[in-house]
Amino acid sequence: MIDEKILSDMNRAVVEGNKEDAQRLSRQAIDENWDLNEVIENGFVPGIQKAGDLWEKGDYFLPELITSAETMKAVMALLQPELKKKNLTAKSLGKAVIGTIEGDIHDIGKNLVASILSANGFDVIDLGADVKITSFIETALEQKADFICVSSLLTTTMLKQKTLIELLKSKNLYGKFKVLVGGSPVNSKWAQDIGADGYAENAMAAAKIAKSFIRK
Amino acid sequence: MIKTQRPKYRLLNEAFVKKIVNESYQLLEKYGVFVENKEAFTLLKNAGAKTNEPENRVFIPHELVEKSLSKTPPVIELYDRQGQQKYTVGNDDIHFDPGSAAVTVLDHESQTQRRAKTEDLILFARVTDALENIDFQSTGIISSDVPEIISDSYRLYIGLQFSRKPVVTGTFRVEGFKPMRDMLVAVRGSAQNLEDKPLAIFDACPSPPLKWSNLTTQSLIDSARAGIPSELISMGMTGATSPVTLAGTLVQHTAENLSGLVICQLAEPGSPVIFGGSPSSFDMRKGTTPMGAIETMMIDSAYSQIGKHLNLPTHAYMGLSDSKLNDNQAGLESGMGAVLAALAGINVISGPGMMDFESCQSLEKLVIDNEICGMALRLVKGIAQRDEPLAVDLFQDITPESQFLSKPHTRKWYREEHIFPGIIDRDTYDEWVGKRKKSAAQRAADKIKEILDQPVSLIDTPVQKELEKIMLADAEQNGFTSLPKIKG
Repeated sequence: MIDEKILSDMNRAVVEGNKEDAQRLSRQAIDENWDLNEVIENGFVPGIQKAGDLWEKGDYFLPELITSAETMKAVMALLQPELKKKNLTAKSLGKAVIGTIEGDIHDIGKNLVASILSANGFDVIDLGADVKITSFIETALEQKADFICVSSLLTTTMLKQKTLIELLKSKNLYGKFKVLVGGSPVNSKWAQDIGADGYAENAMAAAKIAKSFIRK
Repeated sequence: MIKTQRPKYRLLNEAFVKKIVNESYQLLEKYGVFVENKEAFTLLKNAGAKTNEPENRVFIPHELVEKSLSKTPPVIELYDRQGQQKYTVGNDDIHFDPGSAAVTVLDHESQTQRRAKTEDLILFARVTDALENIDFQSTGIISSDVPEIISDSYRLYIGLQFSRKPVVTGTFRVEGFKPMRDMLVAVRGSAQNLEDKPLAIFDACPSPPLKWSNLTTQSLIDSARAGIPSELISMGMTGATSPVTLAGTLVQHTAENLSGLVICQLAEPGSPVIFGGSPSSFDMRKGTTPMGAIETMMIDSAYSQIGKHLNLPTHAYMGLSDSKLNDNQAGLESGMGAVLAALAGINVISGPGMMDFESCQSLEKLVIDNEICGMALRLVKGIAQRDEPLAVDLFQDITPESQFLSKPHTRKWYREEHIFPGIIDRDTYDEWVGKRKKSAAQRAADKIKEILDQPVSLIDTPVQKELEKIMLADAEQNGFTSLPKIKG
């Protein structure tokens, strides 16, 4: 059992977005050979959940939320290789391939979603911006992904979300991945019209929707 | 007689303007910009800029910026489709044009957003053509009934046919420039005529922070060489893609615009450039980019002041709203933006009709906003001295029963001094009830019907045929053999 105080320090480091503290605590956990799954589950994860709650309540705005998510990411970057050494894996809610679609180099919204998904326990493969439709699909197949998350900021590139779904259909892959779409010109009606599985208006909503699919 | 004072507002004092410009020079010199376009990269390199090739990064020395600035014309003259009416873009002259590149229209009947079709583009161009306070048209809507690949040239194709006004447009693909320029040349009769009398402005947006994509850079180069004014549209989002402080965003904005200007001047010395933008306050709660935020309007007003300081024509996205319908928010955000832009003396003000974070156009809003623009235009005309003395003589025969309605002085000046709105409600209550209690949006819808009953200002048939030929060739080159039927 890990000291309650340490667990609550871990929790607080993530809530406050204090990356240095969080990394220091992670290194301590590694050095002192603690149960890393317990460190993650009872130390850091409650922190990111708390940050999410504060966001929901309206106390946290994006800068706080993202700093917490990035702290969580930094923690996992230290802990995951250690788990691997011991032939353990961190619990993952699912694997998501994410990117901003071709022709579009705006990636801030996509980065927010990627951070929040990964902080919430999803395994995220971020393809970056200006990503070819085919590479979304190829990566999803290779990595046996559960989700394809497609962002577009421009009204013109948004149309390519539809092309992606048509391509999935033509390759007989429609339904194999949950396709989530987002980006400022996108809305739920559009998602429905093009046959996407979900639409999220912000990063927290994306995590919620992704989780809802996992439960199903 | 006392000279009329043009009302102005300036957010920054001179020292602050200089500080921002100075830091933007430092930024360009020390950290540079990312230029993905090979030709522009080479132009900059050959002009003495240091480069980091693997990163596509260019460090622009301030001497090069200053030299480029000295070559850029302070004023641009645009002409309408007939080449007759001239519009001066520069000084403190202001011109409104509808906010551009909406992907949806707000359907009046259902009050919901839907994808636009060719007929919506035609209506939009016709209504814009008829509105007296909107000087320029914009290719403001993307049509969903033509293939996406040709949606840039197609919207210009429609706009040129159905409105006489100069047009604010831009490319969505590198190959889009040629057919679009060919259309403009077809209207003017020759490439030289187009250079002599520009008909269009091409928007080019850098990607914040400090990045010029291949497409937008190519548009700068091609436009410069064709004598088409480029409108530089930097669009940092505070705290997301640019520094969170308004002053910090202004530094980035200035640096991005100046780097674009340098590229234009290297491509063609003396080419026309407009110091514009579409930056926004980034909503830290919603992650959205509110164009109706007061901070957005402050950034716009301030960078236009910087543009003026650099002796350049200016542009901003103001007079638009983030509301999803024609409600109080739509009116107040559009009203504030249009008035502030007018007071700031921004030369091209893009916004009317637009809502929902630059994604939706509403014809009713366009008609309502036309009235807002009318008020803003009146405001900047200021208060004039019409008579000497001003008024004392008017009271010569004063009695307790005196009134001014029947005085010749009233008759002489009332139309000069006052504007008369058509949509704004000034009815008495009973009159308003008698007219079936209509909202501003409903009255605007009535006005649209009136406009559409008027004959269309069609382009001459030979030119129309030429435009059609260019458009069809562009479509065919992209694998499409037909275009939607056009009903005037």
